[in-house]
Amino acid sequence: MRLSPATSQKIAVTGLWTLAAVTMGVLLFIIAYVLAHGLPYVTWEFLSQSPHRMGKEGGVFPIIVGTLMVAGLGVLIAAPVGVITAVYLTEYTREGKLTAVIRFGADCLAGIPSIIFGLFGFVFFAITLGLGLSIISGALTLALMMLPTIIRTTEEAVKAVPRAYREASFGLGSTRWQMVTKVVLRSALPGIVTGIVLSIGRSISETAAVMLTAGSALGLPQSIFDPARTLALHFYIMSREGISMSKAFATAAVLILAILLINLLAYWIMRRFVAKAR
Amino acid sequence: MKRDKLIGILLMIVAFSAMLGLGLIAVFIFLEGLPIIGKVGVWDFVFSAQWYPAEGKFGILSMIVGSLFVTAGAILIGLVFGLGCAIVLTQFCPRKLVSVIKPSIELLAGIPSVVYGFMGVLILVPVIRDYLGGPGLSVLASSIVLGIMVLPTVTSISVDALQAVPRSFYEGSIAIGATRWQTTWMVMLKGARSGIVAAFILGMGRAVGETMAVIMVAGNTISMPGSILDPVRTLTSNIALEMSYSAGDHRKALFATGVVLFIIIMILNTIALWVSRKRVWKGPRR
Amino acid sequence: MGITDNTQIDLPSNQVRFAGESGAGQPKIRVEGYHGFFDGKPVLKNISLDIHSNERLAIIGPASSGKTTFLRSLNRMTDLNHEFTHSGRILLDGLDLWDRNMDVPELRRRVGIVYAVPTPLPWSIYDNMAYGPRLAGKFKPSEIERMVEEGLKNAFLWDEVKDRLRTPATNLSGGQQQRLCLARVLALEPEVLILDEPCSGLDPISTGKIEKALEILKARYSIVLVTNNTKQAARASDRTAFFCMGELIEIGQTAQVFTYPASRKTNDYITGHFG
Repeated sequence: MRLSPATSQKIAVTGLWTLAAVTMGVLLFIIAYVLAHGLPYVTWEFLSQSPHRMGKEGGVFPIIVGTLMVAGLGVLIAAPVGVITAVYLTEYTREGKLTAVIRFGADCLAGIPSIIFGLFGFVFFAITLGLGLSIISGALTLALMMLPTIIRTTEEAVKAVPRAYREASFGLGSTRWQMVTKVVLRSALPGIVTGIVLSIGRSISETAAVMLTAGSALGLPQSIFDPARTLALHFYIMSREGISMSKAFATAAVLILAILLINLLAYWIMRRFVAKAR
Repeated sequence: MKRDKLIGILLMIVAFSAMLGLGLIAVFIFLEGLPIIGKVGVWDFVFSAQWYPAEGKFGILSMIVGSLFVTAGAILIGLVFGLGCAIVLTQFCPRKLVSVIKPSIELLAGIPSVVYGFMGVLILVPVIRDYLGGPGLSVLASSIVLGIMVLPTVTSISVDALQAVPRSFYEGSIAIGATRWQTTWMVMLKGARSGIVAAFILGMGRAVGETMAVIMVAGNTISMPGSILDPVRTLTSNIALEMSYSAGDHRKALFATGVVLFIIIMILNTIALWVSRKRVWKGPRR
Repeated sequence: MGITDNTQIDLPSNQVRFAGESGAGQPKIRVEGYHGFFDGKPVLKNISLDIHSNERLAIIGPASSGKTTFLRSLNRMTDLNHEFTHSGRILLDGLDLWDRNMDVPELRRRVGIVYAVPTPLPWSIYDNMAYGPRLAGKFKPSEIERMVEEGLKNAFLWDEVKDRLRTPATNLSGGQQQRLCLARVLALEPEVLILDEPCSGLDPISTGKIEKALEILKARYSIVLVTNNTKQAARASDRTAFFCMGELIEIGQTAQVFTYPASRKTNDYITGHFG
């Protein structure tokens, strides 16, 4: 039997909407489930106290600090390098062999699994460079992981700056560097910041690479050369070793809330500034 | 002018750091891993399923097979749902709803993998155990969890590919009386096929490389999986599980596992880059 | 950008700028056997002409006759097109634009350009005006303020915007935006002003204001005006050059070119028979 075009369209569209609805349902379910089971345990004490008995009691304060330090330091390293790379690719050179090589590097880096980054960070930063299992080792590893995202988002933001701005700037006697810093980066800033904020989100949720490079110490880190445990890793250890389900859920809730906030922030910047600049 | 040239050179040096990073990763993983592969022999390392580190037996065949099984299932689920979402987003969805669904799918990509794994253990594994049999921790559970995780990758790349198809193709097809679905199926998907293939391959890369979620739902026993309800261990989980207590040849063998993983990923990446470089189908040659 | 470069270039130009008519002997800009190529294809063929101080030179000609490329060559904006190459020389006060001692940003301050389409930067009116002087990096804030005001006054825009200097330049009308772009260049007190069909998208009133500004400004600058509007060329220039297919067909006093053109092609063009 051959279906009429109208019938087959109806079937196909229904099927597609079902797929999309299931996807949205899964997302909402995960978020709702984790928040429903975790939020009741997220108290001020939980956020401000140190963990006791391997996390069975107490809070996650040192872990929040560790997370912020690893992700923050990582982005501090990755952002300038990524932005400079993107500026070089778009403003300082023509498409050719050189840019192809750099793009290939960035694209491949983007596809490498986090466990490989972990292995590399462990053997290179922790052992070869002698940094040990520490915040700085973790941050450097995460920086490498964030790099491709920052390069790509910056490149897109920079390419969206109208050519007329560049002409105007050159016409008024700017050097290329002045044009880039005063016109292009200024106009592309919201897009760049969005990319950076999103990659902070990624690095907060990263687990495997951090586990192998930053360690899993529960103490409050005193310097960037101390080991630290991040929220995602803490959650993993708590749930996998069955230390405390309520604390695990509470940690997951904090993590999910942080991710939600970061995504909302990125989305807000995007809508508020990027759409307006067009 | 001279200063501008100097700045250009400095920027170029910084711009090479991505390539440098990739190079360093390759060099150090290979330096650590290759010697043990040489000692065991390539054939025995890759095609033996005997992994007994204490006895010096390092064969990763069952893990390669495990990774392949899990990835195949994951990409099947990821592609069906991811491409479905992409088609809905680009062809059938009102603009208002796009601005809700798209960020939501991006959010799905932002949820930590450990959370996915945890949800898998709490919800999915018992369901599989009770209704389908087996231990629950299985290829199937891993595939579903990973499928959800690769979905955002597949969706965003497919959306880009579909949007890159010239609007005139769509209008031309509608104008000769095709329905929207016929147009989508016969014109848009064809126009976006190289992008969709790239999405497929990059999604595979994601699934092969994912670690923490798989550890939590795969069961991790070192044996050849006989069915999708059997537990498996993947290449990635092998590294993550044993790294903390390994030493000597054992640790080197884990790096060697990384070498195999690295090679698989680089092959997938290269194919994806090669495919997506061809870009969209530009219509019949004139 | 060494200090030595600046001094070398600044000295002769300052002499000319302040010596008034004394520059009349030497042309401000001398173009000698200039060829331009896009991807190796010639778009300008063997152009030779002089541009004097305090004159308004109009360049007219049909589409794709190389007018814009020629104009953009005068301050090396052609550098932005990687496909563009050239041969021959263009001398500004006797120094070749492609001489290794030429400071290109400084060149573009001395030879200011206004484009066919208004190109305000997405900032306030004041920031647009102050951008050029700030780039030069040698002016005090009080000087910059004076330059901003002068520039706006010279472009007949001051009265319209003096109360809203801090509002976005993109809120201005098209004609105002174009005058802002002119004012922005004038704030830098250039020696040569080059304009690429500056009135092509404007209403007659804005066009009138820009032409009036050019009339007054000629006392201080050399002005090169590319235009598609032959009437504008007849109105607002002292000499006229006619370009066709990348060649300079003729150049002469505007009155003469428009009444007794030496070339048949020129005659056909200005009487509207082709182009």
